[in-house]
Amino acid sequence: MRRFIGFVKKEFLHIFRDYRTLIILFGIPASQIIIFGYAVSNDIKNAGIAVLDYSKDEITATITSKLISSDFFFLAGEPRSESEIDAVFKKGKVKAVIIFGNDFGKKVESGQAPSMTIIADGSEPNVANLVTNYTMAIVNDYIQEYGAGTGTSMKLPVTPEVRMMYNPELKSHFMFVPGVITLILILVCALMTSVTITREKEFGTMEVLLVSPLKPVQIIIGKVAPYFVLSFINVLVILLLSYFVFKLPVKGNLVLLLVESMLYILMGLSLGILISTLASTMQQAIFISFLGLMLPTLLLSGFIFPIEYMPKIYDYFSFILPPRWFVVIIKSIMIKGTGLAEIWRETLFIVAATIIFIGISVRKFKTRLE
Amino acid sequence: MRTILYLIRKEFLQIFRNKLISRAIFAVPILQMLVLVPAVTFEIKNVRIAVVDNDLSAESRGLVNMINGSEFFIAKGYVSSVDEAVSLMHNNGCDVILNFPAGFGRDIGTGEGAELQAIVNAINAVSAQLSWAYLNGVIRDYNLDLAAGQGITTKMHEISTVDISNRYWYNEMLNYKYYMLPGILVILVTAIGFLMSGLNMVREKETGTIEQINVTPVKKYQFILSKMIPFLIISLIDLSLGLLIGKFAFSIPFEGSIAVMFFGATLFLIGILGLAIFISTFSDTQQQYMFIAFFFTMIFVLMSGIFTPAESMPEWAQKFNIVNPVAHLMRINRMVMLKGSGIADIKSELVALSLLAATFSLLAVWRYRKTV
Repeated sequence: MRRFIGFVKKEFLHIFRDYRTLIILFGIPASQIIIFGYAVSNDIKNAGIAVLDYSKDEITATITSKLISSDFFFLAGEPRSESEIDAVFKKGKVKAVIIFGNDFGKKVESGQAPSMTIIADGSEPNVANLVTNYTMAIVNDYIQEYGAGTGTSMKLPVTPEVRMMYNPELKSHFMFVPGVITLILILVCALMTSVTITREKEFGTMEVLLVSPLKPVQIIIGKVAPYFVLSFINVLVILLLSYFVFKLPVKGNLVLLLVESMLYILMGLSLGILISTLASTMQQAIFISFLGLMLPTLLLSGFIFPIEYMPKIYDYFSFILPPRWFVVIIKSIMIKGTGLAEIWRETLFIVAATIIFIGISVRKFKTRLE
Repeated sequence: MRTILYLIRKEFLQIFRNKLISRAIFAVPILQMLVLVPAVTFEIKNVRIAVVDNDLSAESRGLVNMINGSEFFIAKGYVSSVDEAVSLMHNNGCDVILNFPAGFGRDIGTGEGAELQAIVNAINAVSAQLSWAYLNGVIRDYNLDLAAGQGITTKMHEISTVDISNRYWYNEMLNYKYYMLPGILVILVTAIGFLMSGLNMVREKETGTIEQINVTPVKKYQFILSKMIPFLIISLIDLSLGLLIGKFAFSIPFEGSIAVMFFGATLFLIGILGLAIFISTFSDTQQQYMFIAFFFTMIFVLMSGIFTPAESMPEWAQKFNIVNPVAHLMRINRMVMLKGSGIADIKSELVALSLLAATFSLLAVWRYRKTV
């Protein structure tokens, strides 16, 4: 046991000596949380629109100024004819072109339905969709108001009213904080462990360790233990940041969240060990864990893109991706405040994945020279 | 020149001698493109709705049927109270709750105007906004239908409608694959180029072989070029593979000029590879390098506007994007591929990429020391 403690100490020293890696290790999550919290947003702000006004009257001018005085849009072009629209879009500054039909104002005044066309740049589907919807809403509001002013307004049969549950201001860090924790933890754990272990292999020092009185299990645990601690500190840093910077508290049980994070870290570490048994050089380990994990975790875990909208087959496929389960767990505890009763299934999946990874690694681990 | 060719040959030999890596550099992008591009989408479908109906009138049922009939929503059934519905949402059992107040049908009948409450799970703000927009659309249709049924169409028209038609250019059906493919391709090319070239350089340091190069008469710029060119070629091959997949597997049209896109990509890669080598001079181990690479890739990628509109970021973030090569290539790829933009349209992006390429490569040559 004393030998083992000595070994763990040595591993800790190794890591803490390398201050550059340490800075990065803590700098990455911190700066990412801040960048995503402040910079990245899914909302439409300052989208460029162009107006092609065939009518050129007071009402179209008012609508245009209403559109551009909203936070959503600014005027980025005034094409003179429909043939110029393509050129405007190709420059990439304009997200939608709004065309007012002939005699727009006259028709409004005389009670006919005036016509307008919204052409949105479909190369960015979300933006196109939201820009179209916002424009319609602003135009309809104005026309309603105009009707009210002339005393001819009528109530719509059904007026819907909406409440955005859990996230009334539609902030994007409700999505990014859980996502970044999930992504960072799996990458840090899998990358770090797989690289440290293959490093020993590549430099031949693994053999030195293997002939030492330490058991292989002890060697692996000793190698992995510092990363367990580091990753756990990372979780705490991210949670503190999200609390103090974004005022995003953990709604549910903090202890439960920390325990779940530990389980997830263990899963990441065992994945790292598994990768290290497959790779013989650091370059290979980095390749597998970086290229193989980054994009699938980012895109298939449901962190940004909801799994419900994916083709059915991905629902089954992402079953084998532990990050998917962790995203559910962390969102439930942090934002909804649910307890273990609702997330035990997800927890079991993560534990099962850990056991499977360790099982394969034990079978693959070679204690002899090749 | 001959020296560079020899060095490049050496690099290629080393890369392709490693079976796993030489397969992975082409297999990983191909596989990930095939798997990931169809997966990522915000095409709203199967949004689950729980209905709380305190009215149980023909009108409320009519609206529920209409919502259920649209391709975007599925009614998950009726729940007896809002509390029950909220706890269902809590357990991830529904995405939207519709609450019909008592008297809903009566208010419609008397022309009072009925109210309807919707509660949307907004943890993912984008999908909440989109579901709400679609739900609103269905309710708008319902209103028009009702108005028509009550013979007040003319009156409605008189007052409050604009005949709005809308179209989506370049991607009529708002197919997300059109949007994601160029983006994912940029990420893969960035990750491969950035990771491989830098790691390669640090590896020489870590194993000590760099000193053997340092004592040869090979010039600094020759050595650095020989570290950049192989990865430039590999990344461009990956880019071509990705475009072929787009064309043949997902039938995404390629509107613009391929030459323009490759020109942009080459400038981009020179910048990225220069930056990779510049950074590698600060790292002693592959582990360190990998973390810095991860840090930069993540920030470059997520700020580039691949998943979220870059225009809605605050000003400082948009300023940062001027030095973010990924943001420029992301725009170029999408514009050239989907809209057929030409050199004149993407002039500012190309200028920015050229400046970045020059700066980063010069920094790399300047920082690299042949002495220990």
